[in-house]
Parts: sequence; C-alpha cells; structure tokens
Amino acid sequence: MSRPGSAAFDSLMAEVRPLAASACEKTPWEVRAFLPGADDRQEIAAALLDRGCRFASVFAEDRRAQERAYYLYDVVEHRDDHRYLVIRYRVAPEQPRFPSISLQAPAANWMERETQDWFGIEAEGHPNPRRVALHDHWPGVHPLLKDFPIDAVLPPLEGDPHIFRQTIGEGVFYVPVGPVHAGIIEPGHFHFAVAGEPVIYLQLRLFYTHKGVEKRFENLPLTHGVFLAESVSGDTSFGHGLAHCLALEHAAGIEAPPHARIGRVILLELERIYNHAADIGAIATDVGFVIANSHATRLREQMLRLNEELTGSRLLRGLLRPGGLRRPLDAARLAPFLEKLESFEREYRSLVRLIEDSDSTRDRLETTGTLPPAKAKDLGIVGVAGRASGQDLDVRRDHPFDGYQGLQPRVPVFSQGDVLHRMRVRSEEVLESLSLIRAAAAELPEGPSLSPLPEIAPGATALSAVEGWRGEILHWIRNGGNGRLDRCRIKDPSLNNWPAIVEAIQGNIIPDFPVINKSFNLSYSGTDR
Amino acid sequence: MLNILRQSLRTGLVTIGDPIGSFNPPPAWRGTPRFDFAAWRDARLAAAACPTGAITVLDSGASRTVKVDYGLCIFCGGCADACPEGAVRMARELEPPALRRGDLVLSAEYEINSNGVQTRLLSGPARGSASGSIEETGAAVRQAVHRILGRSLAIREVDAGSCNGCEVELHALNNPLYDLERFGIHFVASPRHADMLLVTGPVTRNLELALLKTWRATPDPKAVVAAGACGISGGIFGLNYAVRGAVDDVIPVDVYVPGCPPRPESLLYGILLAVGRLAPPREGLRTAAGQEE
Repeated sequence: MSRPGSAAFDSLMAEVRPLAASACEKTPWEVRAFLPGADDRQEIAAALLDRGCRFASVFAEDRRAQERAYYLYDVVEHRDDHRYLVIRYRVAPEQPRFPSISLQAPAANWMERETQDWFGIEAEGHPNPRRVALHDHWPGVHPLLKDFPIDAVLPPLEGDPHIFRQTIGEGVFYVPVGPVHAGIIEPGHFHFAVAGEPVIYLQLRLFYTHKGVEKRFENLPLTHGVFLAESVSGDTSFGHGLAHCLALEHAAGIEAPPHARIGRVILLELERIYNHAADIGAIATDVGFVIANSHATRLREQMLRLNEELTGSRLLRGLLRPGGLRRPLDAARLAPFLEKLESFEREYRSLVRLIEDSDSTRDRLETTGTLPPAKAKDLGIVGVAGRASGQDLDVRRDHPFDGYQGLQPRVPVFSQGDVLHRMRVRSEEVLESLSLIRAAAAELPEGPSLSPLPEIAPGATALSAVEGWRGEILHWIRNGGNGRLDRCRIKDPSLNNWPAIVEAIQGNIIPDFPVINKSFNLSYSGTDR
Repeated sequence: MLNILRQSLRTGLVTIGDPIGSFNPPPAWRGTPRFDFAAWRDARLAAAACPTGAITVLDSGASRTVKVDYGLCIFCGGCADACPEGAVRMARELEPPALRRGDLVLSAEYEINSNGVQTRLLSGPARGSASGSIEETGAAVRQAVHRILGRSLAIREVDAGSCNGCEVELHALNNPLYDLERFGIHFVASPRHADMLLVTGPVTRNLELALLKTWRATPDPKAVVAAGACGISGGIFGLNYAVRGAVDDVIPVDVYVPGCPPRPESLLYGILLAVGRLAPPREGLRTAAGQEE
C-alpha cells in the first residue's frame, strides 16, 4: 500500500513542541498523535495553521466506561501529505471542557458547538457558544453520551424560543424564510437582515433534519451500516457509502480487490456527473434561463438511467459492500454504457455552450455571491465552493483512495469565487469525470469484486476520506467489538461550507439568494445527520 | 436565440407517452422481492440480512409468524441473496402504492421443527385488499382527477426529515421525460395553494411542528401522500430520540408509496391514487383556499 506524496507531517510532528512530546502512531492513511490533556490545543492549532494546515473535522467520543475519559479529536489536513493528522486530546470526565480554537480557526466553529451539544463538554472561550445541533427548545440532553439510550422518548417540543442576533440600524428589517421552503428542497431556516434590497446579515438555523444517524450507527450490525451510510445524504449515496466501506477496510487492514477499486472510481464519478449537470441547470433556472434547465434535467435523467443500466439503481445504491462491490460491473454492459456516455458528452457540451453564450445569464452570474479566497481559507471551505475561491484541494489527487492512486485527476481552480465560477468548476469537473471514467473502464481488470472483511480488532479506529461531488467527506469509526461500531463520525462537506453562504450573500440582494444558495447546493441532511 | 431553437429542434420530443403503462426498467434493475411462502424453509436468514427489519420472524413453540413489510423495505435485494433455496427472488415489478398501511404487510404462519426450519405453511400469506393493477388504477384515477379538480392538481412537497433521495426522484417528475405538468399536476410554493401534501422522510422532532402547520394551512379537501420507506415507517433510520415517527404518526395519510427512494413511476402512481380519494367537490373548493382550519 505505498502511495505517492511527500510526508509533511513527519517533520511537522518534530517541529511542534507539544506534538513532538506526544505518543504517535502511523498508518498508511493517518498520523495519530495522542495527548494526555487538551491544554496545549491552542498552541498546537496556531503552529499548524502557520504551517499551512487546515482543520477538516473536530469531534469527540465518550470512552468513560472503558478508559475513564472523553476524547476530543482534531482532524488536520495538509496538501503535502497524503495522510491526515488525527490529534486526540484526553478530556477528563471530572473537568469536561477543552480550550476552543474557533477564534484561530473559524473552520472549527460549528463543530466545537456540535461537540458541546452532543457530549455536554464545553468549548472554553468559544466566541459564540450557543447551541447549533440541538435546537434551543430541546431539554438538556446529550444524545451521543453512552448512557443516553437511542430510543429515549423526549417530551414534545413547544414553541420555538430561538433568539437571533439583532441587526440594528435605520430601515433594517428581517425576512425569515423556512424551514419549509417554496421548492422541492430540504428544510432549513434563513433569517435575513436587510436594509432596502441588500442583505446585511444572514443567520442560518439548520439541523431540522437531524435524525440521530451517528447514534444509529452504534446500534446497527456492521453489515448493515453501509445502507445507513448511503442515506446520510441521498444525492451522495455512493460518496458516503464509499467512505463508510473504506473506513471499515482501513480498520481491518485490507484493500478491496482491483476490480472493485477501479469500479468504484467509475461509480463515484457517475454520481458527480449527474449532480453537477443538475446544478448547472438549476443555476440557469434561478436567473430565468428555463430552457437550459430543461436540457439539464433531461441530461440528468439520462445519467440516472445509465446508473441503473450499469448498477441496477438510479442513485447507485446497494452495490457497495465493505471489502469491495456486491457484484462485479458487467463487462458486457460496459461497452454500450461508454457509447452512451459519448452522446451524453456531446449534449452536455452544447448545454454548457448554451449557458456560456447567453450574455444576460453570464451577466447575472458574474460577481454575484462572491466568496473571496482569503475568507474561503479562513473558513476551511472545501470542494466545489473552495475550488471556485482559490482553495486548490481535492481528496482524489491529494489523498488518493482506491483506483485514484495513479489516475491524477485534473482539478479546476479559480480565484473569482462568484456564482459563475462555482458553475464553471462544475462544468469542467464533469468533463474530467468523463475522462476518468474512460480511463478507469479501460483498465478495469476482471476478477472478484469482493474480499471478505476480516474480523476488526475491538477498539480499532480508522479514518477515511472521499472526494464526493460536493467535496471532502470524512468518516471516522471506532469498532465496538460486539458486531457494532462504538462511534461513527460523519463529516459531510456541507458542514464545512454553510458559513460560506453567510459571507457570500452579504451585500447581495435577496432575489439573488436562490441562485447563490444553489451555486453552493449544500446538503441539509448531510449536515444535520 | 437561433442556437436555443436549433438545440431544441435537434433534441426533438423526449417525453414518455405513458410513464406508468410503458414502465420498462433496464435488465440490471434490482426489482422487488417476492416470496414463495409455501417453499420457504428458513425465513431467519432473510430476516438477518434485512437492514431495516422489513422481514421479521417470531417463534412461539413449534409455530412461527413471518412478516414482510414493504413499508420498511429499501429494495436492496439482501433477502434474495441470503435465501439459498430460492424462495425469495427479485421480480421485475413494482410494489404498488397502498391506500392502507396494513396493505403493505404480508404475514404467514408456519410449523417449525426443532432446528427452526419451517416444515409446513399453516396459513397465509395474508394481506389487506390488494390494489388493482397499475394500469387499471392509473386509467380510473386519471378520470377522477379530471372530474374533481378540473384537470389540475396542486402539490406541496414537504421534506419532513428526508435524506434528499426522494427529492431527487420528485425532481425527476418535472423533467421533460416525465413532464408531470401535462397531467395537470404541478408542485406549488405554498400549502395554501395545494390540494395535496407529498411528505418524505421520517418526521424528525425538529420538523413535526412545521409539518403540522403546513398540513393545517392546506385547505380542505386535501390528500396526503407519504413517500418512501422513511415516510411510511422510519425506514433505515428507525425510530430514535430524534425521530418523531412515520408521517401517519403526525398527520392522516391517504396513500403510501414504497421505495427507497420510490421511482418516478411509483410516485406518479401514488399521486394519482390519492386523487381518487379526494372528496367530491363541494361549494367553495377553490375559494376556500387560504382558510385555516
């Protein structure tokens, strides 16, 4: 399992004082540092940020029963290391608190607040320590604690006491939107403060679709987890399903057989294509170019049908298994499939030309909803939105998994950060996905598609990373040893990216919000879990 | 402008004449699990393989009750894979939407031996009244739409906690291939303009109130369609601290559309079936819009 890439974390671990002194463990996918306490967390964060690291995920687990401790984890990414750095801080149950790094690394903001809600351990010095994941009118429970039963019946909610921050000034008024929206969209609440037409301040309230997914994983047999993973975010079934399988495979120390590793590339790129094609059309609709959307939804339907012809499922569900794919991709179906992709590509190119040639459409998209690169960097924005704002990140290239080792995807990056360039990132990525599929299909070996998953040691942990169509998906698991997971942390790229919308909307007018929102197209279900 | 026209002409007509009648998925389609109850020897294997608990086995002495619940089924095919004797197979047909929750549940009684193997089918499979064939119902119901609603039906979609998979397929209904609007059916922005609520997802604690308010804001007569395994039963998420329950735990439901997610054909069928249940028009059907109950 040798992989390309230099090893930035090896030297970095020696340079940063508290890390150098800590216990350390290395796997092909992770560098793990274990710290006895969280006192040095801010010093470590400052040093890591100085050296170009990004905080990708922050979470906790409850190990009081086994190790008399909570653990807090920072998952850190650096482009020059193909592994992720996973720093584990011990948090004593007698003093359930840790120093916040949200002022230094705004990317940690929501995830630290989430940790407070789920575990009742406090992020000391957090600039906005209010609840984020559990709504204000929930009773004082912490559902991810081990002594909180999954089937607890909580008293019914009454009223809705959430208090938004005030925006004060002459002529300022509020426009509340949601949680039930006007279109066929997921639920969330947007609280706009506007002065005349321009938006001064947007506050988000999400987690309406919170359905106990991380806790549910702890109660599902290992063999069934992949189905739940496929439903974390319905339009990213394959991305999340794959992250789940990879985490189990890493924990077991195996790789899927070559056929599955290459086959997974084809399927992950198919998911990217059908979603990107739909988003491009939706962006056009939101500025009134409806005919482009008709073509786009038609092309998406073509792709959903191709998905089904190849895998039996329009949303690519039910094919993944820990250890590979449930059955091999049928070689006889591959040739006609590739032919249909050719005609898709022709039509797709003319759709993009149609939109790009429309001056009035381009005029509406250019400089709308701009997210400057500096802000994208501070907020830790990933995926499509990050790449449109100068963040040259792609898990497929920087932390290659499965068949991507050796494929070297080309990653489009722009610095403008507006709606137009979020659209362009998508339109270029679709073309790249098509060529990745062709490359993968050409080298798709015959042979078994599934390796048996060996017994995973009780207490073993693993991190997996996948570039889903929205961006970086991270799954972190700890095996329980009872045929269940003890903890499953799911980080959808949307969790990183929601704050970007707050920045991008400022100074824009409310009528442009739909197109700005659509240009990010974040997952509510993936965020809320 | 000329380019736009040329592209449309080149594309030609893509709309499917009768999506339900001409339903013909590709050979790879996974299909619907069907059970040969008389030949079934050990339902425990299928039950263990089922990720949502749609197949359950309850032993009492020398007898066993086997239940199959299409309202929980996510159509993964795990039961067919796990059943060596071939009593479970994936058939190329859709499980049709149902008017009653119980119509999605099959149950059978067996005699079992000391190894837990089913030796004799005592009774069943029993199920509530079966719905008619997909084509017949489609035709009958289309007439009802025309009669009652003057050729139009307005639907408000409510995501009550869905993973967004059902929404992907609902969007598909609006694409030029399915083109829902030609049936006089369209999705509207406000419940006050709606004749029907189409609800997806297990109803989360955080959305229960929003769903109730939306339902109250929809003028009578109204129909409710619960779409997808989660809306019918909680599906893969199960019932947990964050989930209030299935849609019919919160508001009355007229039609249940199984699937994970249901295919566009199933959704269309469910919508048409629900319309047949709307009460005949009474005075003020249109003008009553906007009144709260």
